[in-house]
Amino acid sequence: MDINNYLYLSAILFTIGAVGVVVRRNAIVVFMCIELMLNAANLSLVTFSRINGTLDGQVVAFFTMVVAACEVVVGLAIIVTIYRSRRSASIDDASLLKR
Amino acid sequence: MVTNSGLVYLIALPLFGAVSLLLLGRRADKWGHLLATALSAGSFAVGLFQLSQMLGRDVESRPVTQKLFTWISVGSFNVDASLLLDQLSISFVLLITGVGTLIHIYSISYMAHDPDRRRFFAYLNLFIAAMLLLVLGDSYLNLYVGWEGVGLASYLLIGFWNQKAAYATASKKAFVMNRIGDMGLSFAIMIAFASLGTVSFSGVKEKAEFASEATMTALGIMLLIAAVGKSAQFPLQAWLGDAMAGPTPVSALIHAATMVTAGVYLIVRSNFVFDAAPNAQLLVAIIGAITLIFGALIGTAKDDIKKALAASTMSQIGYMILGAGLGPAGYAYAIMHLITHGFFKAGMFLGAGSVMHGMNDEVNMRKYGALRKFMPITFVTFGLGYLAIIGVPPFAGFYSKDMLIETALNAGGVKGILLGGTALLGAGITAFYMTRVMILTFTSPKRWDDNQRPHESPALMWIPMAILAVGSVISGYLLHQGKAFKHWLEPLFAKPGEHSELLPPIVVSGLALTMVAIGVAIAVVKYQLSEVDSVAPENVTEFTHFARRDLLQDEINEALFMRPGQAITSALVKIDQSVIDGAVRGIGQMAIGSGSSLRKSQTGFVRSYAALILVGAAALIAAIWVVTQ
Repeated sequence: MDINNYLYLSAILFTIGAVGVVVRRNAIVVFMCIELMLNAANLSLVTFSRINGTLDGQVVAFFTMVVAACEVVVGLAIIVTIYRSRRSASIDDASLLKR
Repeated sequence: MVTNSGLVYLIALPLFGAVSLLLLGRRADKWGHLLATALSAGSFAVGLFQLSQMLGRDVESRPVTQKLFTWISVGSFNVDASLLLDQLSISFVLLITGVGTLIHIYSISYMAHDPDRRRFFAYLNLFIAAMLLLVLGDSYLNLYVGWEGVGLASYLLIGFWNQKAAYATASKKAFVMNRIGDMGLSFAIMIAFASLGTVSFSGVKEKAEFASEATMTALGIMLLIAAVGKSAQFPLQAWLGDAMAGPTPVSALIHAATMVTAGVYLIVRSNFVFDAAPNAQLLVAIIGAITLIFGALIGTAKDDIKKALAASTMSQIGYMILGAGLGPAGYAYAIMHLITHGFFKAGMFLGAGSVMHGMNDEVNMRKYGALRKFMPITFVTFGLGYLAIIGVPPFAGFYSKDMLIETALNAGGVKGILLGGTALLGAGITAFYMTRVMILTFTSPKRWDDNQRPHESPALMWIPMAILAVGSVISGYLLHQGKAFKHWLEPLFAKPGEHSELLPPIVVSGLALTMVAIGVAIAVVKYQLSEVDSVAPENVTEFTHFARRDLLQDEINEALFMRPGQAITSALVKIDQSVIDGAVRGIGQMAIGSGSSLRKSQTGFVRSYAALILVGAAALIAAIWVVTQ
């Protein structure tokens, strides 16, 4: 199988994630889309690692996973807190920063 | 040169008085004046002791020095804070501390009812200390410290009653006009440093003969500007009349006997500079001659007794400056006139203070008259000072002024005739205006209101006046006995060149006395033998109007300097506000404007930020792709 297919898949996943972040309002969904983008990036890193025959890309992918796990913990905690105080998970409602 | 560790006490004593009286504040109110007087007298005693020591040594080893500390030491340039006491300085030291102590004593009584008497004495002591530093400094830089110090003391004392706006303005005027002279002195120090590499008197004297005449002329003119400012000479004379706003003892000490003569000291001290720069020297003599006539003319029209005396001071210092501009032949006589003037003018100012004391601070002589009966002691002491200033033999002023006139006449050629003739004319005018003061105050019929109670001043006031009057009588004779004072100062100056006598001395004296007699006669006819109005008459000649307005000195200063200065200042303010402030404000406005327009992109919606990031990242990738293709 052509190894480029992995890259195409990665690009498709990233695009879905990016479009999801921009068009969806629900914070949980936006959050999942961000995860999707991170995993798309991971996929292409692993693919390039395979193409070049070095382990660098795989090491970076592991790093990304660890950072993503931490980010999920913090991000979900924020979303839950916002939901508790505002009864809403829409990120358009959390627009107070401009003031 | 001999060193002597006692010189510092001359300055330290009054300085201690000034500092402690100012720091202790109201706690010293009860005894502050006594401490100040005692310290001033102590300084006088140190001066007398130094004089006796000096008289005990032979001529070559008379000057003594004391190094206080190293002040500036940069590479090969060294300035020590050192004191130098030689024949010239000791003359000044004794004049300053002697007359100063008498005036301290006088002020105890004169200022008795002033709530701020302690502060007054603190300033007086500060003045004595600064003036002593001025005459004892061994370099132009040390002199400069004292020079500024006396300027400060003068400013503080002229404005001592600064609750009156006019008095505060007078002190400011004196300060500002003095700054012009001070600038001259600082330029002189810079010239000496830049072209001679030294600022000490001995160093400049050593290098004077090798320096170019242009350098010495520049140096001399700058020193002359300094002297003109401090000594109220033409064209910087306008502040002295207003300086009479200060308490009368201040006028006697600072604006008659000592500080205003600092310019004469500076020129005589810098004799080596002026000897090497004949043009600057001639300019000195011309300035002196102009001022002696200028001051005398103002004196003829003044009705304020203190302002008349101030004009007279200006004129007498003109004589001294004229003498100092005559070169080695005139230096000693300039200083001799300075000392005799210190006695009789200080005495007359104290007399004027005594008259004001008895007349409810009235200064208008047209409201005086017939005070001889009510103030006999003041009349006698003032009268002796009067005889001294107009130059009647054998009073002090006769010897000193006569010698100045004679030296001026003998200066040679047209210069001698012009300068000498001016000095002679000045003697006549002096006799006129001083006789006018005497007659208006003491001998003409009374013109004061019935609610005035003229009375003699207390002993604490008339004793100093009496001592100064004795000085006015005998100091000239003593100093001129066998030309003692001339020989005393001679070692400091170059040998005077040979000069031919234009007129024999006896003829000069005769001429001077004739002028004096004419002046006195005119004054007697005009004021004693005819009625004097108690209000200044208006139908007088154009010239009298000019003289009453100080020969338009203030108008000229205002037109030439003040208004153009104000115009420049307001133009600069406008430029500052429009250009400089405009630029600063413009930068601020630009930041605010760009900020507020960029602020609109901050919507607070997370998704729009995400979209922006996405677009930016896409654009970046596209740009990289385009560039690497």
